[in-house]
Amino acid sequence: MGDVLKLILKRLGYGLLTLLVVSILIFFAVELLPGDTAQAILGQAATPETVAALRTQLGLDQPAPIRYLSWLSHAVVGDFGVSAVSGTPVVQVIGGRFINTLFLASYAAVIAVPLAIILGVIVALLRNSVFDRVANVLTLTSISSPEFFLGYILILFFAVNIPAFPAIASLSGSLSFPELLHRTFLPALTLVLVVTAHMMRMTRAAIINLLASPYIEMARLKGVPPWKVIVKHALPNAWAPIINVVALNLAYLITGVVLVEVVFVYPGIGQALVDAVSKRDFPVVQAASLIFAATFILLNLTADVGAILTNPRLRHPK
Amino acid sequence: MTRFAKKDILLEIRDLQIQGYTDETWIDIIKGVDLTLHRGEVLGLIGESGAGKSTIGAAAMGYARDGTRISGGSIEFDGIELTNASQAEKRALRGSRIAYVAQSAAASFNPAHKIIDQHTEAPVHYRIQKRLEAQEDAMELYERLRLPNPQEIGFRYPHQVSGGQLQRAMTAMAMACRPDLIIFDEPTTALDVTTQIEVLAAIRDIVDQFNTAAIYITHDLAVVAQMADTIKVLLKGEEVEEASTKEMLDNPQEDYTKSLWAVRSFKRPQKSRPTDGTPPIIAVKNVDAAYPGGAKVLDDVSFDIYPGMTVAVVGESGSGKSTTARCITGLLPPLKGEILFKGDPMPAKYKDRSLDQLRQAQMIYQMADTALNPKVRISEIIGRPAQFYSGLKGTALKQRVDELLDLIELEPSKYYDRYPPELSGGQKQRIGIARALAAEPEFIICDEVTSALDQLVAEGILKLLDRLQRDLGLAYMFITHDLATVRSIADEVVVMQHGKVVEQGPKEEMFTPPHHPYTDLLLSSVPEMDPEWLTTVLEERGVDNIGDAADV
Repeated sequence: MGDVLKLILKRLGYGLLTLLVVSILIFFAVELLPGDTAQAILGQAATPETVAALRTQLGLDQPAPIRYLSWLSHAVVGDFGVSAVSGTPVVQVIGGRFINTLFLASYAAVIAVPLAIILGVIVALLRNSVFDRVANVLTLTSISSPEFFLGYILILFFAVNIPAFPAIASLSGSLSFPELLHRTFLPALTLVLVVTAHMMRMTRAAIINLLASPYIEMARLKGVPPWKVIVKHALPNAWAPIINVVALNLAYLITGVVLVEVVFVYPGIGQALVDAVSKRDFPVVQAASLIFAATFILLNLTADVGAILTNPRLRHPK
Repeated sequence: MTRFAKKDILLEIRDLQIQGYTDETWIDIIKGVDLTLHRGEVLGLIGESGAGKSTIGAAAMGYARDGTRISGGSIEFDGIELTNASQAEKRALRGSRIAYVAQSAAASFNPAHKIIDQHTEAPVHYRIQKRLEAQEDAMELYERLRLPNPQEIGFRYPHQVSGGQLQRAMTAMAMACRPDLIIFDEPTTALDVTTQIEVLAAIRDIVDQFNTAAIYITHDLAVVAQMADTIKVLLKGEEVEEASTKEMLDNPQEDYTKSLWAVRSFKRPQKSRPTDGTPPIIAVKNVDAAYPGGAKVLDDVSFDIYPGMTVAVVGESGSGKSTTARCITGLLPPLKGEILFKGDPMPAKYKDRSLDQLRQAQMIYQMADTALNPKVRISEIIGRPAQFYSGLKGTALKQRVDELLDLIELEPSKYYDRYPPELSGGQKQRIGIARALAAEPEFIICDEVTSALDQLVAEGILKLLDRLQRDLGLAYMFITHDLATVRSIADEVVVMQHGKVVEQGPKEEMFTPPHHPYTDLLLSSVPEMDPEWLTTVLEERGVDNIGDAADV
């Protein structure tokens, strides 16, 4: 077990290092953007003196590396500064938004991940059958349709033609949990349709890839029924690629859902980021980017650790 | 055939035809084979690769591998016709009444489950035993197969157990439901001789004890002679002949069978070291080596290879043979010691060596399949080293490639533009040899170059290497675990064990007692054609020693 722990700690170290590098990239990339926060706050009419005074007040007259270090040291403890537009702390601006995004992502993931894996196992079992082909065509269709299009189609059917769900997933007012689930059902379903295909196809491919292994032939020659060959003999060895693609899709659920948020007017972090970019609200842009990066890295790290833990050679050393 | 009565027929295959799907068409791979097996009989199926042995073995279970189909004939197992049985009917036989033991136990055990869980799968599935009973039974079988720690070994994962032990565990697994018939598909081919002998003994014992019928598939005649009551020889999907083991060994009828029997006859006279003070072309001096982060794998290894001679380096897998080769080629710089070329030390890393020093470290690999880039034309595979080392271009280069192809007895015009996957195993190995020759070396390392080849093909390669040695004055370091090969071509032998040289000297001396105990173990473990060989060896060693011998 000591080896596994060492491996995991090593991955964790790499993850933190990556995050550090990304934070540098984010900070300096935003620096390179044209425009100036002080100017943006005060507007075009401000005199150079007031701009300079505000720059000093915001610490913008300091050299970039020093500002980076001060930003980073605050960010580490959760202080991302103050929004340049509203003057409220960044945490207040995006904190609630991020929780909303996490909620929607979890909602979609709880449906999509088991669904994708179960479907993947079934199509692997029934490979080249009509069911497999139909599933292939449907998933290919859903994977290649833009998500806003899927969103509008779902609105058309389930909010307009059959008014079962609200077309707008606004979270105003206090909602009970079942109400919340009902109101956010359509955006969650859109996301499920988008990510299931990818995960299902990878599950299918990972399993089929193993079917030529001698131990699968051995299982067949032991009289093991086909479904058990897949579930008991192939699947346990296919986890590594499946976990990877699941992690990738979970990351997408958090960082790539701007369009779905727009379609359903859902108050998530994606919309907040787009707003901040258009208003040159650099502190918010930096914070949101860093959160996205951290999400990506964390999920990939989880995938790596998952792959390590599902490998019997690493779990049970000689 | 006298031992077996007609009423005891267990498996009867008539006019079996199997087709394989290649290049968009179905091609016959088994062309009408008959086979009769009685209860308790062991039938040896032998032939070269591609003869269809394994395909027939699988067909005896009513199983056609992916890309093959049973296209004709009948397979009757104990009154059940398998060719038109439903999948469910056939599945009900597999594991319970017909079991299978695969070539590589390491690959055929599922890495994700404990050995004993895989063992009990079939008996529990067929409700022959409850899980705990099945586990008890597994432990008893492990004990009978003389596995160490029979109570505990099953609770390990496959990668935690050695190859020879896994192969015995797989035989135990096949026995789990006490089947009527077991198909052994080259069960010892992937093992070292010292391990092979104990697996053979274990298989023979258990088949005897339970009076199980078996089809024993192998390409090794000496092995089949120990195991089988009857031998059937196959060639390209057709039967050559069948007879009782004794008859087949004493009096083979067909030319093909005779050629198989005679294949180990190639032998050339032993050469001795030059006496005029010529330095060895390669001298390994007190080399210690380890892989990064690993324990020491070579410990004070020293030996010399003189010009024009063949030095065979023998030992089990893991004894450090290939690592020594990596040190000589500079791929793995030694921790201590040095490699001398004609008396001068060579830089430890290949990157620091001159072109002329690199030229000397040519290798021919075991798996020509993976050692040749499948997407590169033969002309380029051979041409590139010729260009790199000798700076040849244009017509001169083409001429040189033609010359090399001539040397390896492949017609240049026919092979120049072809790709490796279009060639047979033996032809690929010849290309590997040509590639090594293209550098114009005086010394070549041959790493198990014949182990992946059929005996007839292997003999051709050995003859070719011998001719090239005479014509070009080459010295070989010949890494092998096959002592028959050593007997036929070596001048000197170096025996390695656990990263040390335990014995070395001229071949004749090495094959004459007294030996180092390990050399003795190696030599006495090589199966001989005498059907009584296994019994005799086991008696000589005492049964209790076998398990120990394998775990050395």
